[in-house]
Amino acid sequence: MIKKEMIAMLLAGGQGSRLGILTSRTAKPAVCFGGKYRIIDFPLSNCVNSGIDTVGVLTQYRPLKLNTHIGIGIPWDLDKNVGGVTVLPPYEKMEDTEWYTGTANAILQNIDYIEAFNPDYVLILSGDHIYKMDYETMLDFHKEKKADVTIAVMPVPMEEAGRFGIMIADEDRRITDFEEKPEHPRSNLASMGIYIFSWPALKEALLTNAHQSNLDFGKHIIPYCRDRQERLYAYEFNGYWKDVGTLTSYWQANMELIDIVPEFNLYEEYWKIYTRNTTLPPQYFGENSAVERSIIGEGSEIYGQVYNSVIGTGVTIGEGTVVRDSIIMNDTAIGSGGFLEKAIVAEDVRIGDRVRIGEGEEVPNETAPEIYRDGLSVVGERSVVPSDVSIGKNALVSGETAAEDYPDGRLESGRSLQVTSIRHGQTDIGEGR
Amino acid sequence: MRAIGIILAGGNSRRMRELSEKRAVCAMPIAGSYRSIDFALSNMEWSHIQKVAVLTQYNSGSLNEHLSSSKWWDFGRKQGGMFLFTPALTNESNSWYRGTADAIAQNLRFLKNSHEPYVVICSGDCVYKMDYNEVLRYHIDKKADITVVVRDMPAEVRVERYGCVQMDADNRIREFEEKPVVAKSNTISCGIYVIRRRQLIELLEKAQEENRYDLVKDIFIRYKDVKRIYGYRMDSYWSNIASVDDYFRTNMDFLKPAVRDYFFRQYPPVNSKVLDLPPVKFNVGVTVHNSLLAAGCIINGTVENSVLFQKVYVGNNCVIRNSIILNDVYIGDNTYIENCIVESRGTLQANAYYKGEDGVKIVIEKNARYTM
Repeated sequence: MIKKEMIAMLLAGGQGSRLGILTSRTAKPAVCFGGKYRIIDFPLSNCVNSGIDTVGVLTQYRPLKLNTHIGIGIPWDLDKNVGGVTVLPPYEKMEDTEWYTGTANAILQNIDYIEAFNPDYVLILSGDHIYKMDYETMLDFHKEKKADVTIAVMPVPMEEAGRFGIMIADEDRRITDFEEKPEHPRSNLASMGIYIFSWPALKEALLTNAHQSNLDFGKHIIPYCRDRQERLYAYEFNGYWKDVGTLTSYWQANMELIDIVPEFNLYEEYWKIYTRNTTLPPQYFGENSAVERSIIGEGSEIYGQVYNSVIGTGVTIGEGTVVRDSIIMNDTAIGSGGFLEKAIVAEDVRIGDRVRIGEGEEVPNETAPEIYRDGLSVVGERSVVPSDVSIGKNALVSGETAAEDYPDGRLESGRSLQVTSIRHGQTDIGEGR
Repeated sequence: MRAIGIILAGGNSRRMRELSEKRAVCAMPIAGSYRSIDFALSNMEWSHIQKVAVLTQYNSGSLNEHLSSSKWWDFGRKQGGMFLFTPALTNESNSWYRGTADAIAQNLRFLKNSHEPYVVICSGDCVYKMDYNEVLRYHIDKKADITVVVRDMPAEVRVERYGCVQMDADNRIREFEEKPVVAKSNTISCGIYVIRRRQLIELLEKAQEENRYDLVKDIFIRYKDVKRIYGYRMDSYWSNIASVDDYFRTNMDFLKPAVRDYFFRQYPPVNSKVLDLPPVKFNVGVTVHNSLLAAGCIINGTVENSVLFQKVYVGNNCVIRNSIILNDVYIGDNTYIENCIVESRGTLQANAYYKGEDGVKIVIEKNARYTM
């Protein structure tokens, strides 16, 4: 009989709407991070580095890129005869067909998958954090405490504790109470959204609460376990852990990678981050290029100047173009003579010559000021920006824009320019492939 | 595809000097991210040849490591796949491969147990892209017994180290000389052959009986008047890695936009073993001009007109000019390198000075490495 001590269930179905245009065509876990990676690479790599070889990935929102990325799991060595990675989308049933309506509901709908491996423990992960964590030591803690549920927690500054789900634990680390975004926090241990359940306890909780609408771990399952006096423990984690849920935090986390010795170090041998390497060639620097404090992915061709930036794979930056404090994702081509500051340019974008992004005063964004803020200008996936235009701060560009979309060659700060219809061929601008 | 593939990867070249001490020529790192055998393997892959034998002998460990999984070239198939043949003691044989023909003959079972009508034979030390199907079509059109891929070299290139051919108006090869003292033409063999499988088996068995072991000398040249041997002209990029100078020039060729575009950006791509290295990191005080940098490098100094392979660390105030730095080299602060090839996994101390005065200098440094 197949037996896996612990399997992981990775929740990757969410949109991540606070990342704005970055997740308009892509689920958040498939968004690029750190030059060549995607966000889901971090929990997936943590799994294989922790010796977990069976991972169910629950997908729902815009799964194509995620599915293509995961494939049969070769980059993570998860192409296995028994176990490995399995993508689990919602499916039709004899009665009450439904989407995944909540985090725990998604697990509930895949009880058959879990049972097939006959696990003792189930690890619940989400696909939206950047961190390196050994889940095996967490499991050791879980066993040592004879816990039913172990929740990974992180100490946060007391003044910030109000933004998190806070766990109150006794001296033995047993959780006595918890509160969601408390006004007056009684502890500074924030839940990281990483749970280890003893499978019988989780199964019982799921089945008992099956009819709860939008069944959620934080709102329903954990409170239910507490009310039943089950053994809930807090496992303290003290490494780098970054939520990249908002554009600002996403930008900051990328920028932290370019420190001389970054707190989150991609260059360590013993805890590698794996990703699908579609581009292998080395990167090229032209005769007049300049670069400092940046990380750049494979196959990129840099003829311009790059400072304090994170550049993905297969990117072209034209002669004379200055890129500063920006994130440029895979396969984007930027023409010559341009200027980008605090820009986030998504994948497969074509930007013409002499384009200036991030120019002018900071003005709140007109459509979503809570998303496009802090002076960041964002260009969505597969967009086109014509030559000789200027784009302000807190601005958004998406779609195949043309010169007539920019009055006097200018998109003012705070404006959102979203073109939905396809008007132009994509090949005539920039040096792209 | 109606052919199986054989890649001859057993050779050593003394003209590679110290670079061949620890590896086969076919395992030489090329263009930052590749090994020379990747080009032949990728060509096989994109020509839809599903069953490929790689014959190794000299320093085969270096290749075995690179070929540890066949999945990178999509050879992890139920039908066919990649087969590594290193000399082995058997009932029939107790010798090393005594030549290219002998290497294939000692693995005749591979040919006999296949059902595909044709065989594509090529060496693993050439850098090029090719769809072997086109050669095969040509082979069938010409009703050839053997087709040799040939190439006209520019007049200034000395071709005496290649096999030189002369062809008639129909491209049938009339003269074929291996490494002639004085070449009679500037058309050379690229070491890529197409032949019918049964024909090859027959010729090899005969050669074994006569104790002849070389594919070109003892079979192709010997039979050139009896068999219909045709030349298929290729004119795209092709380079053979046989000497240190070739090796240096081939890597430097990749600094040219046209060569990069052809190999890196045009379909199909060249595949290689994936090492899961992070992006290249540039700290402060960096200058990089006209250079290639492969994944995993960390740069703190100046790099000009150079090719840096994977995982190279360049310290503060270093200057690297017109050089090739192979995989996993650590270069301490303030070191100067010009006209050099730095052997892989080396550790260069701080404040050192290396310069190739007349020609390329090979630097092999095995200092202790202290890193964070």
